[in-house]
Amino acid sequence: MAARKTTKKPNVSAEELTTYYREMLLIRRFEEKAGQLYGMGLIGGFCHLYIGQEAVVVGLEAAAEEGDKRITSYRDHGHMLACGMDPGGVMAELTGREGGLSKGKGGSMHMFSKEKHFYGGHGIVGAQVPLGAGLAFADKYKENGRVTFTYFGDGAANQGQVYETFNMAALWELPVIFVIENNQYAMGTAQARSTSTKDIYHRGEAFGIPGEIVNGMDVLAVKEASQKAVAHCRAGKGPYILEVKTYRYRGHSMSDPAKYRTREEVQKVREQSDPIEHVRELLLSGKHASEDDLKAIDKEIKEIVNQAAEFSKESPEPSVEELWTDIYA
Amino acid sequence: MATEILMPALSPTMEEGTLAKWLIKEGDTVSSGDIMAEIETDKATMEFEAVDEGIVGKILIGEGTEGVKVNTPIAILVEEGEDSSALPAAAPAAAAVSEAAPAAVEAPAPATAAPAAPVVDLSPDWPADAEMAQQTVREALRDAMAEEMRGDQDVYLMGEEVAEYQGAYKISQGLLDEFGAKRVIDTPITEHGFAGIAVGSAFGGLKPIVEFMTFNFAMQAIDQIINSAAKTLYMSGGQMGCPIVFRGPNGAAARVAAQHSQDYAAWYMQVPGLKVVMPYSAADAKGLLKSAIRDPNPVVFLENEILYGRSFDVPQVDDLTVPLGKARIWREGSDVTIVSFGIGMQFALEAADKLAEEGINAEVIDLRTIRPMDTGAIINSVMKTNRLVTVEEGWPQGSVGGYISSVVMQEAFDYLDAPVINCTGKDVPMPYAANLEKLALVTTDEVIAAVKQVTYR
Repeated sequence: MAARKTTKKPNVSAEELTTYYREMLLIRRFEEKAGQLYGMGLIGGFCHLYIGQEAVVVGLEAAAEEGDKRITSYRDHGHMLACGMDPGGVMAELTGREGGLSKGKGGSMHMFSKEKHFYGGHGIVGAQVPLGAGLAFADKYKENGRVTFTYFGDGAANQGQVYETFNMAALWELPVIFVIENNQYAMGTAQARSTSTKDIYHRGEAFGIPGEIVNGMDVLAVKEASQKAVAHCRAGKGPYILEVKTYRYRGHSMSDPAKYRTREEVQKVREQSDPIEHVRELLLSGKHASEDDLKAIDKEIKEIVNQAAEFSKESPEPSVEELWTDIYA
Repeated sequence: MATEILMPALSPTMEEGTLAKWLIKEGDTVSSGDIMAEIETDKATMEFEAVDEGIVGKILIGEGTEGVKVNTPIAILVEEGEDSSALPAAAPAAAAVSEAAPAAVEAPAPATAAPAAPVVDLSPDWPADAEMAQQTVREALRDAMAEEMRGDQDVYLMGEEVAEYQGAYKISQGLLDEFGAKRVIDTPITEHGFAGIAVGSAFGGLKPIVEFMTFNFAMQAIDQIINSAAKTLYMSGGQMGCPIVFRGPNGAAARVAAQHSQDYAAWYMQVPGLKVVMPYSAADAKGLLKSAIRDPNPVVFLENEILYGRSFDVPQVDDLTVPLGKARIWREGSDVTIVSFGIGMQFALEAADKLAEEGINAEVIDLRTIRPMDTGAIINSVMKTNRLVTVEEGWPQGSVGGYISSVVMQEAFDYLDAPVINCTGKDVPMPYAANLEKLALVTTDEVIAAVKQVTYR
């Protein structure tokens, strides 16, 4: 866990910082609410929370332009919120209701938005990696200058198809940014017990793909790295790897007791490296915002999340006819 | 305002648990993320975190209480300055029952056991007076791809040896010259990866044709075919389809033994969201492949190496297409129905010829598409002949013929005058030795014997 090095004298506007604060807080509060609804039995099955990792997706998205694509694994709620998908639609999908983004048929792990260029939400570890390269393949084929953010975890980084994809992405110079969200645990297996190399991005070198390590608890550092990677891809230089070191505060899924790490380990990250606290400090110390300003944002976010939760409870279950629709186009 | 803390469900199956330990006490201030209690589920002891901020006003369920139902209030949070003395006393353990669960589900309509028989489409696929020319299946497949690639810039071909080598089986001969390396793409030997890339490109708006050198190698890619290509339309609530064709030779060739000689028709047939095509003749190969490329769904297109070099009459019409999901009656008859597809049709037709010499008139149906299956055409025929034999190269357990038998049992039981017989490949991995290989495959003689059995001759 890279301890946070506060970006020195960040050259960043109040508006920008406030945006990151708001977006990260939305993810955090949304996920806490999802955890609560899970506890109440309103959300079923598997539910993987993004708490602790918020700066990764918010920082990456800061460098995205309209039309750029993104795809990720099953820990996907944060990615959807960060690319502007409706919190009510996401939450209603978690509760399996008609108002969900997949009409209640996909659930937590399988959500999509053509409008926001969000291509899932994939439940098979590593499967989204060739799919993401395929999205980039389509963009290159169409010569439209778009890039694809393909997210996967340190666990997925050991799947064979990732390296099949690295090979072809480099060979065909696909405009894809591989974002390794390294939260240090593949479910319950610490990286050191599953992965032969300490820094996973090095593996890209074997394929001629440049990459770097990014402090995933610092949204500004993530944004800076994202801009560099995007510029590389848009310049037609092929793929780029960002290994973003981050940490998830909660278990792998809601039913994970997380006995593979100590409470102290989690507490230390929360206290010393929390990505939202980081931006909060920057806002306050830079006199960009007052405590009252931030309280107002907190209140506003809480309201959005509560509305999403209400919608997700009130939206009816899908009609029984839905069982038989959307099987064939 | 007081907030009730409820006993949480901490696994997909948890209904109750033990409140093992409180890590907070009344009067403590908690904030979001603080661990409040340890709760034992049937699988593990879990830490339970606070979501809301507040002061613990009351603990309602004492530690050590077993059998606390999910959603029972276990504590109450109050805001600063709020009086907690008026709060209710601790409730007995396991008193409350969940009311927050989703509204009771109305009894769902029972799932239909089998699809209703479609109206049988007996229309010709091309004009009866169309001019015919002999063409091999190989040429027909190439022409189908070339015509579709000419018509739609988003169609491209990807696979091992499809470009510079001109195709391992020469199906893509000439395509690189005509369409260039951007649209006819040699891949590394990496089926899982390139199948995934192709599926992703279909999500991104292209219409890929993926050639597997053989379908045996597609097992490396089957997760992408099924989990990514076939299921995404459903999982996305209809937003994101996957227009893609996976094609290549399937089934036994000759003397290539177990790992290179498997028929996957029954495997892919099982998957909702996929369409599965397995042509026999050159005309059908061409018309069906053109339709498959245009289809907005993922299509598994199973070819056969032995048939590649065989010539058939192909109608010389502009834009020959054959609809997916429509069977073809190759030969009309009244005594028995023989249903097959792909290379199985060779044995079905040979058997029908020989049976005719003995005065048995077999009706021979080529399914052409395995999914969606034209069960209406089969039932229609069985209602006339009252007897049914199916022929395929794949293994017997979980076969295409087994499915057909069940459909006919349910929908035309009263029309059957004899048990249905499924002629299949033998229930063994394909042997290498020439004599054993011959024994492992389905044969014309077996089809003839089956027909005689169901017609009691």
